[in-house]
Amino acid sequence: MSLNQVGINFVYVLSAALFIFGLKMLSSPATARRGNMISALGMLIAITATLLAQGLDYRWVLAGMLIGSIIGTAGAYFVKMTAMPEMVALFNGFGGLASLLLAWSEYHQNPAMVPVISIIAALSVFIGGVTFTGSMVAFGKLAGKISQQAVVFKGQHLINAGILLAAVGASALFYLTPASLIGYLLFVVIILVALAFGVTSTIPIGGADMPVVISLLNSYSGLAACAAGFVVSNNILIVAGALVGASGIILTRIMCKAMNRSLANVLFSGFGTATAKKPGEEGHKGEIKPASAEDVYYILEAADSVAFVPGYGLAVAQAQHVVKELGDLLEANGTEVVYAIHPVAGRMPGHMNVLLAEANVPYDQLVEMDDINPRMETVDVCVVIGANDVVNPAAVDDDQSPIYGMPIIETFRAKTVIVLKRSMNPGFAGIENALFYGENTRMYFGDAKASIQALVAEFKSGN
Amino acid sequence: MTAVFLVFIFVLTIFLGFELISKVPSTLHTPLMSGSNAISGITLIGALASMQTSHHGFTVFLGTLAVVLATVNVVGGYAVTDRMLAMFKKKDKGGAQ
Repeated sequence: MSLNQVGINFVYVLSAALFIFGLKMLSSPATARRGNMISALGMLIAITATLLAQGLDYRWVLAGMLIGSIIGTAGAYFVKMTAMPEMVALFNGFGGLASLLLAWSEYHQNPAMVPVISIIAALSVFIGGVTFTGSMVAFGKLAGKISQQAVVFKGQHLINAGILLAAVGASALFYLTPASLIGYLLFVVIILVALAFGVTSTIPIGGADMPVVISLLNSYSGLAACAAGFVVSNNILIVAGALVGASGIILTRIMCKAMNRSLANVLFSGFGTATAKKPGEEGHKGEIKPASAEDVYYILEAADSVAFVPGYGLAVAQAQHVVKELGDLLEANGTEVVYAIHPVAGRMPGHMNVLLAEANVPYDQLVEMDDINPRMETVDVCVVIGANDVVNPAAVDDDQSPIYGMPIIETFRAKTVIVLKRSMNPGFAGIENALFYGENTRMYFGDAKASIQALVAEFKSGN
Repeated sequence: MTAVFLVFIFVLTIFLGFELISKVPSTLHTPLMSGSNAISGITLIGALASMQTSHHGFTVFLGTLAVVLATVNVVGGYAVTDRMLAMFKKKDKGGAQ
């Protein structure tokens, strides 16, 4: 029953093809689920073929796989959809750590490595370590266990540069004597330095920039697997790791573009800590016009088209189901309803889409920023729910603003804008939002979920 | 020669990855992340292959830990992606399309 090395490698080619097909089918929501299953099938085949090789220590293999499967399944089925970003960060961190451990165990077993491989082993544990602690910090921030604010301190860049230098230095020395005791100590130093770097490089990044960080860490976890693949010369690790690495890089680029910032700016600037102007300091033209549930009901009731613009506040308030209920009532009333979603709304790429899909909003009602902006003038009412910076007109017309140039959903051009908001506190990046003072804006204060429930009640009693 | 061959695969795959991923709509970015995350659990294959009966002690410990973590990554990643994708439905018709 045991397969030889050539046979196993042929099976790996099949797995790689299935991964590629699976990713290709992710290009449409209609085929995506099957695509994911095909990708999983590729993984299953690769695992099975690997297990058929000779001389494996099955006790530990099976025990490890059993424990891992239980944890993974439990996590996957009990996580709430609103907690998805932290879940992805957590799984991502595990993948990085696994790559680190694999490279370490390979080195521990065969310390006399070929020079090129020793460098890649160092690289593999470094990326794996950064992925692990970086993901844990991202997890902590997303789950609210540590401050979501950008944590900046004096000399941060200097410390990070020092850590990187230490990593490069240790790797260079390690390259010279991998098989000695000093080599082993250096290897451990590289691991520790990597773990530290993951923390110090992620901690200065604020919550609103999390979509970029998660994408980047996703890319790292693929590259870590890839590097581990070079260490154990396994081509399926290289292929799959490179696919994930490429995927993460593309997502990172899309997220940066959606914020009109460079990756370097996201990683190093500690955005949102220094830019905050004190609220009320600037004289705003116009005034705030608060609206009651009844006022909002009359506006919505008379509208022919309504666009909901959700942001992170929707996730916090868990309001996706009531929003869908309100959307259904509006549709029953003859109103055209869409959900306009900014690429960086929420805490990870596509976060809002998943929440609305959970609430049974059909995906053809989810429209992208570039589709809604050209026809914004024809939208009767925009309902902004817990979004702030992604609808801030300062990005279009105030070249002094830190977010100037960032593409936004241009809700201020709609006939009427209703903004659901807890209070007048500035948004995450601490930037004043002129939208709230707009001529055509009504502010509807309160918890997003309770506010929308009140609207639903108005509709039900009105009919 | 093997090293050159592996680098060859690596570079081509990066290009293929760019092509494939840039076609994924933003609606599906979260499932894409968790799905590709599951694929990055491919480390499991390396970890399994490293679990030789001839290995002892600390190597086995590291290998087993790698197997556990990579399995969490693979199983959890695919399961959670499936759970998410099952929710994406077209208008009018119920059931995942």
